Amino acid sequence: MLSFSNISKSIDSGLRATFDATWTMVIEMVIAGVCVISLFAILGLVLVLMERKVSAWMQIRLGPNRVGPKGMLQSLADTVKLLVKEGMTPDGADKFLFNLAPFIAIIVAMLLMAPIAFAKDFQLWDMNIGVLYVSAVSSLMVISILMAGWASNNKYSLMGAMRSGAQIVSYELSAGLSILSIVVLTGSLNLNDIILSQANGWWIFKGHIPVMIAFIIFIIAVTAETNRAPFDLAEAESELTAGFHTEYSGMKFALFFLAEYVNVFIVCAIGATLFFGGWMPFHIGHWEGFNQVMDFIPSSVWFFGKTFFLIFLIMWFRWTFPRLRIDQLLNLEWKYLLPISMFNLLLVTAMAILGWYF
Amino acid sequence: MFIVKYIKDVFSGLKSLAVGLRRTLYYFTHHKEIITQQYPDNRETLHLPERFKGEVVMLHDENNEHACTGCTACELACPNATIKIITKFDISPEGKKKKAIDKFVYHLELCTMCNLCIVACPTDAIKMAQTFEHSVYNRADLTKVLNKPGSKIREGVE
Amino acid sequence: MVEEIGRTTEGDVIINVGPQHPATHGVLHLLITINGETIKKVEPHLGFIHRSIEKMCESLSYRQFIYVTSRMDYLSSHINNHACALCLEKGLQIEVPSRAQVIRVLMDELTRIASHELWWGAMAMDLGAFTPFFHAFRERETINDIMEETCGARLTMNYIVPGGVMQDIHPNFQQRVKDFISLYKSKVGEYDELVTGNIIFQNRMKGVGYLSAEDAISFGCTGPTARGSGVTCDIRKLYPYEIYEQLQFDEILETAGDSFARYMVRVREMNQSIRIIEQLIDNIPEGDFQAKTKAVLKLPKGEFYQRVETARGEFGVYIVSEGGTTPYRIKFRSPGFSNLSALDHMARGSKLGDLVAMMGTLDLVIPDIDR
Repeated sequence: MLSFSNISKSIDSGLRATFDATWTMVIEMVIAGVCVISLFAILGLVLVLMERKVSAWMQIRLGPNRVGPKGMLQSLADTVKLLVKEGMTPDGADKFLFNLAPFIAIIVAMLLMAPIAFAKDFQLWDMNIGVLYVSAVSSLMVISILMAGWASNNKYSLMGAMRSGAQIVSYELSAGLSILSIVVLTGSLNLNDIILSQANGWWIFKGHIPVMIAFIIFIIAVTAETNRAPFDLAEAESELTAGFHTEYSGMKFALFFLAEYVNVFIVCAIGATLFFGGWMPFHIGHWEGFNQVMDFIPSSVWFFGKTFFLIFLIMWFRWTFPRLRIDQLLNLEWKYLLPISMFNLLLVTAMAILGWYF
Repeated sequence: MFIVKYIKDVFSGLKSLAVGLRRTLYYFTHHKEIITQQYPDNRETLHLPERFKGEVVMLHDENNEHACTGCTACELACPNATIKIITKFDISPEGKKKKAIDKFVYHLELCTMCNLCIVACPTDAIKMAQTFEHSVYNRADLTKVLNKPGSKIREGVE
Repeated sequence: MVEEIGRTTEGDVIINVGPQHPATHGVLHLLITINGETIKKVEPHLGFIHRSIEKMCESLSYRQFIYVTSRMDYLSSHINNHACALCLEKGLQIEVPSRAQVIRVLMDELTRIASHELWWGAMAMDLGAFTPFFHAFRERETINDIMEETCGARLTMNYIVPGGVMQDIHPNFQQRVKDFISLYKSKVGEYDELVTGNIIFQNRMKGVGYLSAEDAISFGCTGPTARGSGVTCDIRKLYPYEIYEQLQFDEILETAGDSFARYMVRVREMNQSIRIIEQLIDNIPEGDFQAKTKAVLKLPKGEFYQRVETARGEFGVYIVSEGGTTPYRIKFRSPGFSNLSALDHMARGSKLGDLVAMMGTLDLVIPDIDR
């Protein structure tokens, strides 16, 4: 059967037959790099178009419908526009940091791709501390934003960066705690183990209300971590014009833009892996026929379906809610989300010890 | 009691958010509510109301005759000096001199479509047309002469 | 501005909000001093869209100058025109036919709803919610279509002339207004669902930009801005013009004095305007739509003042006449200018994000402030 794992295995064995082990690894690394970069490009194009369509339909508009069939190529045309635009560096900016910041943003996003299982047995790096790695690396994102804000030599940018710093540092906590509740239930930091533990049911169903609360907190916290509305204080166009990327133009701006969308994809992929069983198909108890039909759907379809559902959820938030104020944002975290998630973690731990889950 | 209020706050807040989410989901799934008009494509079906003030035009009948006597009421009524009437003297067959318009110059670029000239016109020689696509590449194209070449005043209009 | 910078203390930052800024809805320039996120001072700088309309009016005849006032508060252009026409009619002692009076009031209230609709959408957009803007425009577009059909234009109608209105109402007018009322009533619940009831929105608005009743009076605030602080100032009630005396409607008052109170005043005012329209739409009297006036108007020597209630507050027209065909001097009292003056007082001590909410609830239209 044609599947991602079979393709990768056949490429691997083909390479091993012709080259020695070192060369095989080098070639495989190059292939993986090319795949990640092209995935980036595709994700950028698809997610931007998706966001525009989702927002348009919610706002009783049509959305892009001119370029290509039903406007499918709109984001491609936008990319071409951004590529040919001049990438300006403002006078008085710290040129080195200013130009470095977008690349840091994109490198962080690339690093986060490593432990994600896209399909059954299809993973760049099956590491035993996958969850820890993701939460550690994702907090590096703030460095690129701070760098961009500081180096722009613009007060709006600096304020956006400072807001973003306060925001990401606080929301890391509740995101981490809600991830921990799944780790407690599974007893493993390995993303693959977490997926395999959900073979008899996803955690969102197995874990009763505590896991649901953990999921709600997780989705709120990652929305804030990726600087998406209603937590887009770092950009806040009605207050700070465009926040930390006010001074960026052309492809440098596009890299920030792309990094934002790829980050959304990654956090949603993590959410799908932890709470919705990653590539695990949907099974109901003893309905053998139904379960077999579900098994027939390829695992990659399951993974991307769940991820895109979560992405839709985040977009849905963006186009419904007004933005929070900075003090309210921190209040929400420290007065509501953090106490609730700590208490919730306690509940989950008790549940895990007593075995009160399916 | 504090805890009860805290939990109540959380739930009422979440409920208010859910109500908003339900509304946007409704529009997301009900595409018949979309109100976008795809303008350049719907030119055939786009009908502006007959009173729409697009630009000033002079009415000519099939004999290439208009009703403008050149009284300059519109020129005086115009707040922006949009209209300039250049008159000449026609010699009628009986040998009498008669005042008539040579050129009815209309500066579309100055016009604010206030309709005062139309109201001022005693013979209803001019009216507002429903055109609205006025962009041109050359500013001079916006200065128009409203009376058609060779046109003359209709008999009986004083 | 140099000494301004000298006067700031350690840690203060001066930011230019505007003249090109998404939240100012125009070319307003605010020089704000902030410390961290806390606002210490707001200094509005005007003049970016000054067109010297008052001086321009001095060279225009009494019939001509009315259309210029549409360009001031372009969202309630009809009500501005109305004020000018009323002032002229007062001076010329023209009796306006009752049909024209009813049409004028109907148009006024439609304009008020259209203006508040746009404000509502822009308000939500300032706070970061984009969707309500498009939903508000759906209803506003219906009003614009009604205007287009009867007046011939969508924004700067110039429909009112001294002595009445320029043209009679379109035959479809009554039916379309009734359609609009039913559309509005079916959709107004969504406004609460999307914005008013939203917990984030309420937290952003409640307790923000407090303006006490005394301050509202001393800054000369009018309209919904003052009524949100509990100051009775509806010109339609206090100094009734046209047929407002005979109509049943309430002056909306909120006493909280914060941004949410001002928001609620405007939202509830829309319902009152609907109420007025419902009373009038089936009772448009027959008769002339315009009184007989001379072709060239000459205002007698003297001073004339007329005020009306626009969507933003009290709008006054003051004409000094020397008896000629053009006014000797015209002064407009625009509501936005006085309301803006309270911004510094309200904003001190609040966060930068609140400034946007305050500017939103003041409902600033920059050409109205700058003229």
